[in-house]
Amino acid sequence: MIEQIPYIAIVLLAGIGIATILLKKNVIKMIMGLAIIEGSVNLFLVTLGYREGGIAPIFTDAPAGVMVLPTVQAMTVTNIVIGFATTALLLAFAMILYRYYGSVETNHIRRLRE
Amino acid sequence: MSMYAPLLVAIPFLAAFAMPLVGLVGERIRNSWVILAMLATVGAALLLVQEVLVNGTLVYSLGAVDSALTIPIDSGGVPIRIIFVIDAMSAFMVLTAAIMMFSVTLYSISSESKQTGQDGYYALLFLLMAGIFGMVTTGDLFNFFVFLEINSLAGAALASYRINKGFSVEGGLKYGFISAISAMMFLFAVGMLYGQYNSLNIAYIASVIEFTGLSLVAVVLMITSLAMKSGAVPMHFWTPDTYSSAPSSITALLIISSMACLYAIFRMAFSLFGLTMNVVTVGWVIIILGVLSMFIGVAMALPQKDVKRLMAYHSVSQIGYMLTGLGVGVAVLGDTTMMAEFGFVAMEGGIFHIINYALYKGLLFLIAGAVIYRCGTKNLNELGGLGHTMKWTMGFFIIAALAIAGIPPFNGFASKLMIYESVFIFNPFISVIAMVVSIMTLASFVKVFHSMFMGPRLPQFAEVKEVPLPMLIGMGLLAVLIILFGIFPDFVVKTIVEPAALAFIDQSGYIASVMGGV
Repeated sequence: MIEQIPYIAIVLLAGIGIATILLKKNVIKMIMGLAIIEGSVNLFLVTLGYREGGIAPIFTDAPAGVMVLPTVQAMTVTNIVIGFATTALLLAFAMILYRYYGSVETNHIRRLRE
Repeated sequence: MSMYAPLLVAIPFLAAFAMPLVGLVGERIRNSWVILAMLATVGAALLLVQEVLVNGTLVYSLGAVDSALTIPIDSGGVPIRIIFVIDAMSAFMVLTAAIMMFSVTLYSISSESKQTGQDGYYALLFLLMAGIFGMVTTGDLFNFFVFLEINSLAGAALASYRINKGFSVEGGLKYGFISAISAMMFLFAVGMLYGQYNSLNIAYIASVIEFTGLSLVAVVLMITSLAMKSGAVPMHFWTPDTYSSAPSSITALLIISSMACLYAIFRMAFSLFGLTMNVVTVGWVIIILGVLSMFIGVAMALPQKDVKRLMAYHSVSQIGYMLTGLGVGVAVLGDTTMMAEFGFVAMEGGIFHIINYALYKGLLFLIAGAVIYRCGTKNLNELGGLGHTMKWTMGFFIIAALAIAGIPPFNGFASKLMIYESVFIFNPFISVIAMVVSIMTLASFVKVFHSMFMGPRLPQFAEVKEVPLPMLIGMGLLAVLIILFGIFPDFVVKTIVEPAALAFIDQSGYIASVMGGV
């Protein structure tokens, strides 16, 4: 049971994120939902690489034993950086939208539909 | 051994990151730098394509002593290096992207010449190209994800580049959200595959993959997320907003990035999963997505009065043709007789349609951009009588509109005919829908032609004259290629399309080229 907890957390986080994006009307809250999904993916990647009793994946002077997988950790770091860039870009969009529309609610920013 | 594969990504990156510095020196030098970098990239792309077509699949591994050495000697037969794999299909996509990059950059030089912030514009344009070239050449799943994100961020920033009272930011925000969600879903699927097979290398995973429940979830996530980014029907709602609010030259490039996502769907379906998945079911899912895209896209396009929005709905409809053609290929993948009888022709038609679509749709958006550049409006009810003054633009529009409607002797006819004939043997009903969609396409473009170019000269457009020469050259190149591809379809199919289709079917060949005949 205890091993399953990270996976349950991943599903919960992804669910919360998707629900936030679908149900909330505020663009800033939707961006937060996106960040929560990113968090769940990062948690998933780190969990994949976890080995019980594993040591840090550094080769020099490493004691013998199981290593935590290094590839997924590198992927997680890359994904955190990319997620940071995405969030910053989308927040900048939200800022410009607020300047022109006076609101960041999605039912106000739909002039393109008309 | 080819050095062109890494150059294809390195040159646009160098050009992009040097752009703010070069921009400080002066406008003239910046423009020469843009053209120089564009020529270098296109040159590297053409040399690479030529090399692949002569020598077969190329593999380039980063950081190896011998760049063909994918598997290090002491790794026990596991490819751990990051690699570029360029087979005939990747070469085909590189060629398509290179042609579009050439004409779009030429076009931008004069269409953007009066705008502010050109340094950022060109930097993002080159980042977008680097992302596309990386996506179509990489042989590594995580690398694909990184290039996908580079491409999406640059695309979203470019789509909202001309702020224009917030309209374009609205389109860019949608594109950014869709891209981010689909990239997260893709990374989730990559994580699942890594957890099972301990590798990120497409060829290695393909050689050991089994059909388990987790692999099934990974297939579904990958195909859904990439279909979302390529704009197929249930997830198409962002295309009209983003394509109509982006600058026209950028829309032509966003089309190429959606083509790269389409390429990735079929790279995953054919090369990564291949026969391990239930090909008939996956094939039918793709075909149904395709038929729905075809019909809903064109039906939504007919009542539009914004010319770019109308064209954006047509791109949803055209993506349906490619999904259908290649989906038939997926559905009959395991069956040799059916594949020989019609599946292969359907795949060739779908692949041929990718380059044709990129050419005529790019040209149509560039024409819309030219009209907006001179008249300042994209509302069809306000435009009219432009045929008197913009004669070249009108000629290019006729060529592109007849090509998209599938009228001989233009290129749309050649590929659509291949799809109709082969899909008719598979299931006549789909073929009939495809023909009806073509007629509806023709109808809506007659409407556009009539309200944009026909009629008396309007007083508010009395000052309008033809667009500058670089824009005409950019559009003219695409128009010439449309006619050439339409007159000599057999030559084009033999030279680039058939090797590409063969490369998709030959999963073991793809694995062998990376793993060295294991």
